[in-house]
Amino acid sequence: MKIKAVLLIFIICFFAGNACAASAAFENNIYNPGELKPTDSVLKVGVGNEAPAFTLPALSGKTVSLSDFRGRKNVVISFVPAAWTPVCSDQWPGYNIIQDIFESNDAVLLGITVDNIPTLFSWTNQMGKLWFDVLSDFWPHGSVAASFGVLRSDGMAERAMLIVDKKGLIRYIDVHNINQRPPLEDLVRELEKLK
Amino acid sequence: MFGKTSGLMVVILFLFTVIAVAAAESIPPKVGTALPDIDLLMPDNSADRKYLGLPSGGKTFQVGRIKAKVLIIQIYSMYCPYCQADAPNVNRLYGLLESNPALTGKVKLIGIGAGNTSFEVATYKKKYSVAFPLIPDADFKIHKIIGEVRTPYFIAVKITDGGRNEVVYSRLGALEDVEQFLGQIVRTVQSN
Repeated sequence: MKIKAVLLIFIICFFAGNACAASAAFENNIYNPGELKPTDSVLKVGVGNEAPAFTLPALSGKTVSLSDFRGRKNVVISFVPAAWTPVCSDQWPGYNIIQDIFESNDAVLLGITVDNIPTLFSWTNQMGKLWFDVLSDFWPHGSVAASFGVLRSDGMAERAMLIVDKKGLIRYIDVHNINQRPPLEDLVRELEKLK
Repeated sequence: MFGKTSGLMVVILFLFTVIAVAAAESIPPKVGTALPDIDLLMPDNSADRKYLGLPSGGKTFQVGRIKAKVLIIQIYSMYCPYCQADAPNVNRLYGLLESNPALTGKVKLIGIGAGNTSFEVATYKKKYSVAFPLIPDADFKIHKIIGEVRTPYFIAVKITDGGRNEVVYSRLGALEDVEQFLGQIVRTVQSN
């Protein structure tokens, strides 16, 4: 029994931690929470459902509503768990160099976290100038994430990607393993289906 | 009782050995040592294979098979803002290598996309018009072997006859001064 316990502890210690190629842009500024439960929420929406309406403050100073894009643009919503964490810090900078892919699919990107605006300001400054809106779902805390069913029990959002079409209908949902970055090709493939 | 204790000791010893080996591999490459064995995905386009002097066929290759005296390796990610900003500098480095008859064919350059899929590597290559081979490392396998370095990270290895190699440069950070970097690589190789 003791042998099994010792073996288990060693295996857990050995394989703990997540792989991420943290950019030197964030050197010494990233808090590593370690390996987290891959998902920790229950979805309240499904593909084909109308997306819950929301209005949130943006980093730019304006407010953004999902309805702003109704009839005009497809909307990619990228929920990430928290600022200053390893995988999140290595996700949006990639989207920042593919504005052309979003535009060619008649889509906009909305990045959402449960952090407040000052935190988002400092964090995204490390990413260079972002072309897309970054929204704060800080107060009431995580209410938009909760309306989609992607608010975790610890108050962070899931690493979730949704596509809402011009009619306001949800066309794609990926509540991804929080410890891993979603492959870009999955998103692009789903965007191209909207054409 | 003795049997259980002995069993426990053997298990602990085995696990310490495994961890020690893993730890030894997870250190960034040191100058003067050989680069750990890494399997690189074979480029699917003939131009990259021709540049590296690799035959068609085979899923992977190792650094020692590249036809060059020196190989410069850029560890980067399409998700890394510093790598994005440094892309024009790395492209310029490639241009200097290819326009200098003393270096062309002798000093070659590849990028390894840490945590980047083939699609993501292709996206970065197109975005920045990268003309040298970029190799995907989607599952971070190579990245783990070379010490989970931050990006961008540059390594230069001298390739000797028989496919052996020796690290002559290993440093974190963007290139910024391309001429200075290239001069350092050339001087290091000449002095060895």
